[in-house]
Amino acid sequence: MLKTSLLLATAMFAASADARTISVAAGPDAQERLQAALIDAQPGDVLQLAAGRFVLSGGLSLDVAGVTVAGAGPAATVLDFTGQKGEGEGLLITSNDVLIRDLGMENPKGNGLKSKGSDGISFVNVRVEWTGGPKASNGAYGVYPVSSKHVLIDRVVVKGASDAGIYVGQSDQIVVRNSRAEGNVAGIEIENSYNADVHDNVATNNAGGILVFDLPDLPQQGGHSVRLFRNQVIANNHVNFAAPGNIVAGVPSGTGVMVMANRNVHVTDNDIRDNLGNAVMLVAYTQAFTDSNYNPLPRSIAVRGNRYAGNGAKPAFAGGAEIAAAVGGTLPPVMWDGITGYTVPGGAAVTAEGGIFVNDGPLLNLGLKTHGTPASAARPSIGAARAMATLAEPAPVVLPAAQEARAASKLAAR
Amino acid sequence: MKRFLAAAAAAWLALGASEAPAVDGARLLDETAAPKLSDYRLFVRGHVPAPGLVRYTLNTPLFSDYAEKLRYVWLPPGARATYTAKGVLDFPVGTTIVKSFAFPVDFRAPAKDLRIIETRLLVRRASGWVPLSYVWNADGSDAELKRTGARIPVSFLDSAGRRRDIDYAVPNINQCKQCHQQSGAVTPIGPTAANLNGGLDGHGRSQLLAWAQTGRLDRAPADAPRLARWDDTAAPLAARARAYLDVNCGHCHSPAGFASNSGLYLQHDEPSPAHQGILKRPVAAGRASGSAEFSIKPGDPDGSILVNRMASSEPGVMMPQFGRTVVHDEGVALLRAYVAALK
Repeated sequence: MLKTSLLLATAMFAASADARTISVAAGPDAQERLQAALIDAQPGDVLQLAAGRFVLSGGLSLDVAGVTVAGAGPAATVLDFTGQKGEGEGLLITSNDVLIRDLGMENPKGNGLKSKGSDGISFVNVRVEWTGGPKASNGAYGVYPVSSKHVLIDRVVVKGASDAGIYVGQSDQIVVRNSRAEGNVAGIEIENSYNADVHDNVATNNAGGILVFDLPDLPQQGGHSVRLFRNQVIANNHVNFAAPGNIVAGVPSGTGVMVMANRNVHVTDNDIRDNLGNAVMLVAYTQAFTDSNYNPLPRSIAVRGNRYAGNGAKPAFAGGAEIAAAVGGTLPPVMWDGITGYTVPGGAAVTAEGGIFVNDGPLLNLGLKTHGTPASAARPSIGAARAMATLAEPAPVVLPAAQEARAASKLAAR
Repeated sequence: MKRFLAAAAAAWLALGASEAPAVDGARLLDETAAPKLSDYRLFVRGHVPAPGLVRYTLNTPLFSDYAEKLRYVWLPPGARATYTAKGVLDFPVGTTIVKSFAFPVDFRAPAKDLRIIETRLLVRRASGWVPLSYVWNADGSDAELKRTGARIPVSFLDSAGRRRDIDYAVPNINQCKQCHQQSGAVTPIGPTAANLNGGLDGHGRSQLLAWAQTGRLDRAPADAPRLARWDDTAAPLAARARAYLDVNCGHCHSPAGFASNSGLYLQHDEPSPAHQGILKRPVAAGRASGSAEFSIKPGDPDGSILVNRMASSEPGVMMPQFGRTVVHDEGVALLRAYVAALK
């Protein structure tokens, strides 16, 4: 073990001794010069992008491990994709141990920063913005790690995404912190992912603030072990401007936190204010499905110790106004669809294992009971709580120390 | 002096004819890519293929902005490929797959006045397949290595005589790898047994058989799978459409491909209707879903995201995400017919 550590330390030292800082300036032929630098980079290199506006004609990509791409700050170094002619993202990362930091990205036609299959991917002090404000024609995701492991999103700002500002899909070991999602359809979305800590973020003026979803028919599903804590989830009342076929088009404007399917999700110590619909919504997957490996139910969900104010006055979802009227005009902080059972496609009926632990009462229960029951059959009731017990929290997500240290370091070249 | 020149010319002519220098197999295996395509001696001069290059065609090819494609495979002397029923044939180290992209001035006379734009190589080294792209110079005498991609304006008259102006995109090396990787390793896409199981240019004996008979392939079983020709109106519609999707989408949209996270798998033999896209809801399509709810909605091409993304040339919406800049009208028509016929 000691021998392995020594070898590793030597290898790391060797890498850093050879590491270079390569400067890239804005100006003519930025596309080709920047893409060439991304292709020619060696593990350990820092690509230092100077202050200025890089006017780009196509998507960029990085496939070299251990590279840092750093700008002079999210307002100073701007990757401008307004004239993008091709590719589905602004910058695509497909290698391990990559750090993207201190830069801004504007108006990518598709997604902004995407990583696919990266182990050790960090986005730090980055801004992705669609500068024309929220629009259906904006790109889908701002920051988009997918099928990745050891994901760090820290001090990221995303504005205007026509899907989710910060979207983590089918990933494992995730930290999203100190970030801001504003004016997107969904602010922050954790989907089909395992072990995520989402904390100290601000989600405001989105249609929905923070979403934790699990969907069928995907290589990684059965999302679990997600903690949402110390976030500010405020006034997420923007009209939902997603394309109608998009899964987030179903998120009602005015939603603070929404958990759909998933196991072991903890919503604690957040400030959830002024969302006109549900402050917290817990629901089963809302559509029919044919995937026999999929569990559509939210189970082992804890909602406790959050601070609420000004939520629930004007729910936008179908039947919301009637439900609100029936319960005194304002929705209580937490709404649960009450679905506890489903039928496995081609199989047997199943009842949820693991309860819904809502200490933040009162709880509005729609009483739908079985997956597939139409919302029109809701039998809403308000219960004090289902605070039978406190559900044990998942362990904190701890990213590799080297990844955290690198993300926290000041770059020598700056 | 005069005599020297004449001798040189005679020698050159001899080289250019029957005694052309052999393909430089050692140079192909060199880790450092050659700066000029001519360094490999894959072409005798200009785009005249060297002896040993075997031209082949695919039953169903990838659409690349209507480019004409000239495909060749070169095997080291004495080497042969090993048959595999599924996936790409197993080619020996040293194999080089050559694909040139060209546009005629007028597609009503496609063999005339071909302008070769780029030549892509996949070289099988001991460490695996390596992609390289070379862009031809204006006089067509040689091509230069281009690792960062390029945009090249191209004009032509299409098969209906309409003028088309396109902004042809040469891929950068990361994009080569993005399409050509399965489970992280670079691999060819086209030369599978199924896609080679047809005659050259659609005529005559199967290329599998021809390769086996000339010693380039170890065997060609009679029951080898055969991919439909996408434009063979005598073939079943579903087989043509699924062949088209396999070749144009299936390299990414597979469990081992770049788009694995979509859960949309477009190999011609994918068994699950949901993974084929039938009544499958989008995952990360974002705005590209438009108003459609499903990848494929049987009977409703307009309500099918897959069809709509094929019919777009807008980045962020269009599929494939690169490799074309214009819509393949005939491909879209095929998929529309296929979806319309689904029940």
